Amino acid sequence: MSSWPILSVVTFLPILGALFILTIRGDDETANRNARYVALWTTLITFLLSLFIWAGFDYSTAAFQFVEKREWLGGAMSYHMGVDGISMLFVILTTFLMPAAILASWTSINIRVKDYMIAFLVLETLMIGVFCSLDLVLFYFFFEGGLIPMFLIIGVWGGANRVYSAFKFFLYTLAGSVLMLIALMAMYWDAGTTDIQVLLTHGFPAQLQSWAWLAFFASFAVKLPMWPVHTWLPDAHVEAPTAGSVILAAILLKMGGYGFLRFSVPMFPLATDMFAPLVFGLSVIAIIYTSLVALAQEDMKKLIAYSSIAHMGFVTMGIFSLNMQGIQGGIFQMISHGLVSAALFLCVGIIYDRMHTRQISAYGGLVHRMPVYAFTFMLFTLANVGLPGTSGFVGEFLTLIGAFQVNTWVALFATTGVILSAAYALWLYRRVIFGKLEKENLKAIADMNGREIAIMAPLVFLTILFGVWPQPLLDVTAVSVEHLISSYQAALAAASDVASAAVH
Amino acid sequence: MPETTIPSFWPALPELLLALGAMALLMLGAFRKSDAGRGMFGLSIGLLIFVGVFLLFGTGKEVTFGGAFAVDPFIRFMKLLSIIGAVGALVMSVQFFKNENFEGFEYPILIVLAILGMLMMISANGLIALYLGLELQSLSLYVIAAIRRDKERSVEAGLKYFILGALSSGLLLYGSSLIYGFTGSTLFVDIAAVVGKEGSSLGLLFGLAFLLAGISFKISAVPFHMWTPDVYEGAPTPVTAFFAAAPKIAAMALLIRILYTAFPAISQDWQQVLVFISIASMVLGAFAAIGQRNIKRLMAYSSIGHMGFALVGLAAANEQGVRGVIVYLLIYLVMTLGTFAFILSMRRDGAMVENIDDLAGLSKTRPMQALALSLLMFSLAGIPPMAGFIAKFYVFLAAVKAGLFLLAVIGVLASVVGAFYYLRIVKIIYFDKPAEDFEPMPRELATIFGAAGLFVLVFFVYPAPVLKAAQNAAAALF
Repeated sequence: MSSWPILSVVTFLPILGALFILTIRGDDETANRNARYVALWTTLITFLLSLFIWAGFDYSTAAFQFVEKREWLGGAMSYHMGVDGISMLFVILTTFLMPAAILASWTSINIRVKDYMIAFLVLETLMIGVFCSLDLVLFYFFFEGGLIPMFLIIGVWGGANRVYSAFKFFLYTLAGSVLMLIALMAMYWDAGTTDIQVLLTHGFPAQLQSWAWLAFFASFAVKLPMWPVHTWLPDAHVEAPTAGSVILAAILLKMGGYGFLRFSVPMFPLATDMFAPLVFGLSVIAIIYTSLVALAQEDMKKLIAYSSIAHMGFVTMGIFSLNMQGIQGGIFQMISHGLVSAALFLCVGIIYDRMHTRQISAYGGLVHRMPVYAFTFMLFTLANVGLPGTSGFVGEFLTLIGAFQVNTWVALFATTGVILSAAYALWLYRRVIFGKLEKENLKAIADMNGREIAIMAPLVFLTILFGVWPQPLLDVTAVSVEHLISSYQAALAAASDVASAAVH
Repeated sequence: MPETTIPSFWPALPELLLALGAMALLMLGAFRKSDAGRGMFGLSIGLLIFVGVFLLFGTGKEVTFGGAFAVDPFIRFMKLLSIIGAVGALVMSVQFFKNENFEGFEYPILIVLAILGMLMMISANGLIALYLGLELQSLSLYVIAAIRRDKERSVEAGLKYFILGALSSGLLLYGSSLIYGFTGSTLFVDIAAVVGKEGSSLGLLFGLAFLLAGISFKISAVPFHMWTPDVYEGAPTPVTAFFAAAPKIAAMALLIRILYTAFPAISQDWQQVLVFISIASMVLGAFAAIGQRNIKRLMAYSSIGHMGFALVGLAAANEQGVRGVIVYLLIYLVMTLGTFAFILSMRRDGAMVENIDDLAGLSKTRPMQALALSLLMFSLAGIPPMAGFIAKFYVFLAAVKAGLFLLAVIGVLASVVGAFYYLRIVKIIYFDKPAEDFEPMPRELATIFGAAGLFVLVFFVYPAPVLKAAQNAAAALF
């Protein structure tokens, strides 16, 4: 394969764009336009370059690919990058959604445009870095560093209650992560390195596994988020600008799920086995409880935020069912939710830009004025519900199959969540789109323009494509997930051998 | 009968240079009274830089003056940090005193004398030399705090500092005499030998506790921190900058030296004291700062918290811990100087403003300064990739190695609470409506401020030289 450091290039190219924007002088409309175009081109080029990763990806191995390694932080910690079947898709998802996020902010952001674009580009670097790092400390740098731009995005360009939400987002996530930091250090002293490749095969003592699992869980459960530490998410979503919500829902949340797959399951198999029922319990509560909460929402963004939490419940349920269907489904669900939730937030953003309200009661009968919009929104609503033929179905179905093999009750309760999701999503759709067009100020509302269609079209295409033909995604993850499960089971078997040998 | 020889002066050459230089400057000031003020800053800074460069070229370990005075890589490193702190504070003072029409030539000389005291106490290898250095330093600092003797607040700060400082010196002396009584020597090496052979006794522990209390006062660790907010607020701002930087580093170095050269054998005993002081400082620093509106008071509580974090590394009682403390102090020094350089530039209508709400909307009026200040705030809060995170990383790494999980967990949670008030400054800068603009920033302040901002941002790219230097310095103690 090619010898140029493709992962580093893809990771740090957005920073380069940000530095370029920093050199743009002035505050006038020309400067703003230049900043927008620089950001757009940077994210587009990053996306195109990231496709080379997929093109050069070897489907037949579970090993890390495109590996780069350099000395950093004196010896034990290194700058180590690489992707495997689990992380590669997230990199592509990130680079794919960033141009959409920039385009979605094209006209709605007109104060401090330069700062905004810089924040987003820095955020992109940090997000890609999270999925590419093969060193625990490096991972932590990217993982935590992402808080800074997101804090500013919510706080500067957010809605009325933005300060409260920005603080809540930052402190909640930070509090979860610092515990992970302590666990990370304990792992370092046990294994003598923070290299993820080594740690994956290290085999930590059982007691350390339990504590470290809980510490990592604190971090990822907040990030994902899982019930009951989800309360920052609705606030952050409601106040963030549209593109902020898109990135938050589509990518930042996935870091939690990715963390479970990369660290919790393979590094602490004994603890995973022990705590899996806990995760099932929390997942089921999340699916049912947040679906019910979503039913009661008056604010569109808040409703979608709660629906995100419910969908993340399917992800955790799938991952911790620890079989092929469950984990494959969990990853697929994350990618699919990345597309669908991003699209739903963009849909809300489209009408918010026109009417400057997100209250459901302020709308009604939009289908009469906005047929294209009604179609798009319909498609993503159904994808969110998990209708067969959309990508949402594949993820939910696979995770349910996975859970069914382990615990039929979990699968049963989770399935009721699917019904509930149909209830709140379709009800939302009916109230916003159908009915009579009675409100005076809606009578002149315009349908989606060219820019908005250009943002939506790829999302529509991919949601349907992966709904009817999920194979491309599943092929990427298959070998890595198989490897993950087999090493997990080997670790469990070894532990029970030791235990039975101790008895005799 | 022991042979009397003249001790070697070479190891103490930096101190001698400083002492002679300070006296020469004092003469110069006394005899050229009229225009003495201006040139004195330049000469003092020059003297300090000269001594600092001199320190850079020292190598190896040496002991002189009958074993009471030592030099090794650790000592040289800490001396250098203290001098950097003093030079930074002096450079930042020039414009301030010009604006305030303060002509007294004593200020830079007193700083030189304070630094002389600090170098003495870092090098101290016995309890008597320690006390000599400490008192020279403290007496200079009391006077510096009250240097605006025509201002009530400055005098109040000086007096408060003096009374409480005298009390702490008393505690320290009492502790020293107990230690001498129970070990029979004032030299660290001899104390270590006795303690290593006989273990700890109740009297020795009492002595150690008093000694630690005295030094805790100097680094303003809880529960001996009460003077800090008042003195920080009352003293002229460049003096506060100096207080926050150099004396903290020197006292911390002294603490490390005492514990690791005189009492390594009973680390179990002092470890629990340090764990308590450390937790108390981190927690109080985090919670008490939340209510502060005055930025100097806020920085006072922030420095209390930071000393708590540095003590985490010390409580670990291993080589990684000392390395962590060294890295921490270096990064703390840069962040403190940078932040105070900005605070010194907060002037409106010819007067200093000190309220954090005066920063409102800085991102609109001065985008680059707002960015640099926010970077410093994120760094103080310990958010990666800023340098402040790396500092915290290494001290907690050591604590985890030592098995101090409770300390580590409380520490990181305190840092989350602390993040709140640093974030609030970022919030005021970025989210709030712009207030009136400040007066333009003087060039030397802008240089220090910008350099500090850049340092905390890019430190993570290539930290190897600093880590290696800290490693070498820490190795000297083991």
